[in-house]
Amino acid sequence: MKKIKILVLAKQVPDTRNVGKDAMKADGTVNRAALPAIYNPDDLCALEMALSAKDILKNAEVYVITMGPTRAAEIIRESIYRGAEEGFLLTDRKFAGSDTLATSYAIAKAVEKINPDIIFCGLQAIDGDTAQVGPQTAEKLHFPQVTYAEELLELDSTKIVLKRRLERGVETVTAPLPVLVTVHGSAKACRARNAKRVMQYKHARTATELQEETRDYTELFTKRPYLKIEEWSADMLQANEVYLGLSGSPTKVKNIDNVVLAQKENKVLTASDQDVEELMLDLLKSRVIG
Amino acid sequence: MKNVFVYCEVTEDKTIADVSLELLSKGRKLAEQLGVKLEAVVITDEAGETLTRIQDFGVDVIHVAENKELFPYRTLPHFKIIHHIFQEEKPEIALFGATSVGRDLAPRIASSLRCGLTADCTSLEIGNHTDNKTGKEYKNLLYQIRPAFGGNIIATIVNPDTRPQMATVREGVMKLEEATEKKKATIKKIDTTKLIQPEDLIIKIIDRHIEAQKVNLKAAGIIISGGYGMGSKENFQLLYDLANVLGGEVAATRAAVDAGFAEHERQVGQTGVTVRPKLYIACGISGAVQHRAGMDQSAKIISINTDADAPINAIADYAVIGDVLEIIPKMIAYYKKHSK
Repeated sequence: MKKIKILVLAKQVPDTRNVGKDAMKADGTVNRAALPAIYNPDDLCALEMALSAKDILKNAEVYVITMGPTRAAEIIRESIYRGAEEGFLLTDRKFAGSDTLATSYAIAKAVEKINPDIIFCGLQAIDGDTAQVGPQTAEKLHFPQVTYAEELLELDSTKIVLKRRLERGVETVTAPLPVLVTVHGSAKACRARNAKRVMQYKHARTATELQEETRDYTELFTKRPYLKIEEWSADMLQANEVYLGLSGSPTKVKNIDNVVLAQKENKVLTASDQDVEELMLDLLKSRVIG
Repeated sequence: MKNVFVYCEVTEDKTIADVSLELLSKGRKLAEQLGVKLEAVVITDEAGETLTRIQDFGVDVIHVAENKELFPYRTLPHFKIIHHIFQEEKPEIALFGATSVGRDLAPRIASSLRCGLTADCTSLEIGNHTDNKTGKEYKNLLYQIRPAFGGNIIATIVNPDTRPQMATVREGVMKLEEATEKKKATIKKIDTTKLIQPEDLIIKIIDRHIEAQKVNLKAAGIIISGGYGMGSKENFQLLYDLANVLGGEVAATRAAVDAGFAEHERQVGQTGVTVRPKLYIACGISGAVQHRAGMDQSAKIISINTDADAPINAIADYAVIGDVLEIIPKMIAYYKKHSK
């Protein structure tokens, strides 16, 4: 039986709960270097769905693609610790400033190199919340798409059955392979790291990361070549530069306003009995409550 | 050509979704400002009464695609039809609801037409733009305005060179306003038999069951909302207690939902529900702009927060500075004391 290739698209995102002042650059793009970075939560659900797909199929492998700067290799290591076989980091200055359209173009070019049967990605990423890269990548690949997937119900080498979580209910769909699936945040949480895999892969590095290491990894990497995380540049994807980065992004940030709140006439109260009583009386008198 | 298009989503009970009617209302204003026409697109099995309803909004043209394969919504056949219409009609602006349908369909269209799309806009305006690098001037672009990035900024996005300029907007963000002068729209039927191919129908819907949303925040007159500052799921129980006493509904910020304090359907804000209750009590909420975007139209706002400098206080009618766990039981007690 043919081996099924499962691919996860994952993104390293700034933790939007910890945003500092230098979060934006003057050109309106995000200064990722200034922020703590995490595995996008929906993408972790996508990784779990991919790993459960592998559990069902037996004869399947899970790959991961992420796009970002050198430190995004962390996403690949994390995925491998949890059960993915191998990951690829799309990294190139030419990708900088990409909107969702330019991002999906680069990702689609990378997907073509892997030629997967099923792609899983998070519904949306917490830094932009656009939910656009999944469907846009599917369109570029001419894959059908199933968005808002919450549960993997059935899978064999020809088709997948998924439950979708919509606003007012659920929908069960069956789709032939190949297909791209975007996974809703309400799906099953990702399994924990596997301790053996952490030991085995903790030294996995990209070539760029190796240059920054003080210790010499040459011997280790000769003995264990699987530790090398591949980096893919725009040239390696044979991507047309016109469609990458700022030039490939039809949306432009015209301007950024820092939020200044208009001060409203307000009453400031304390937690004292007197103040709280006054508040409730005010509300009752004005018939807001009661 | 060069007109404003609105994708009209058909709901389970074969009516046009509120969000689409809101977008028709906004679309009409944009079209008037640009001096162009407003066109609607309806894709379903039988459009029937929906066409009458759409004409309440001053629409000039309705594009109708009817085929039994087109209801309920599936991505590929709807995509095929919209792609065809947009290629023929070359819209200036195209608006979609930021629903599970609009957010599934719009990005696929934007990709195939290679045009810009901005998600979850909180405001849409017409304005001019000068490119910083080339100095090229653009007249009458669509300003797609949305909060971005941790809530500290409001970004204005433009698509200078690609058409249509596409945007999605959540339900409740734009005002639903019928046109004052009714007019009859031209109905353009689309020949679906040529457009829809077998490969567009490969995804099959096996089952749909519609569960009414358990929580209906939009209908609630009083909302008690909790943020990350509530500290735990257990502490959220206090909010339910207050809601029970006042006859309100409990909501939450995204941070509180992410932390597991409340269900996703209770989320208020840019990526959740937009609410306009007569009273909004914000408990342990700092007031990131994404959250405020979903509640700042509330008639009265009370914030309860230990931080006197929390941004939410600036839009609050009453800012109670102190420990929410101490204040809520007092509110319940004084309400009971004085309400009878």
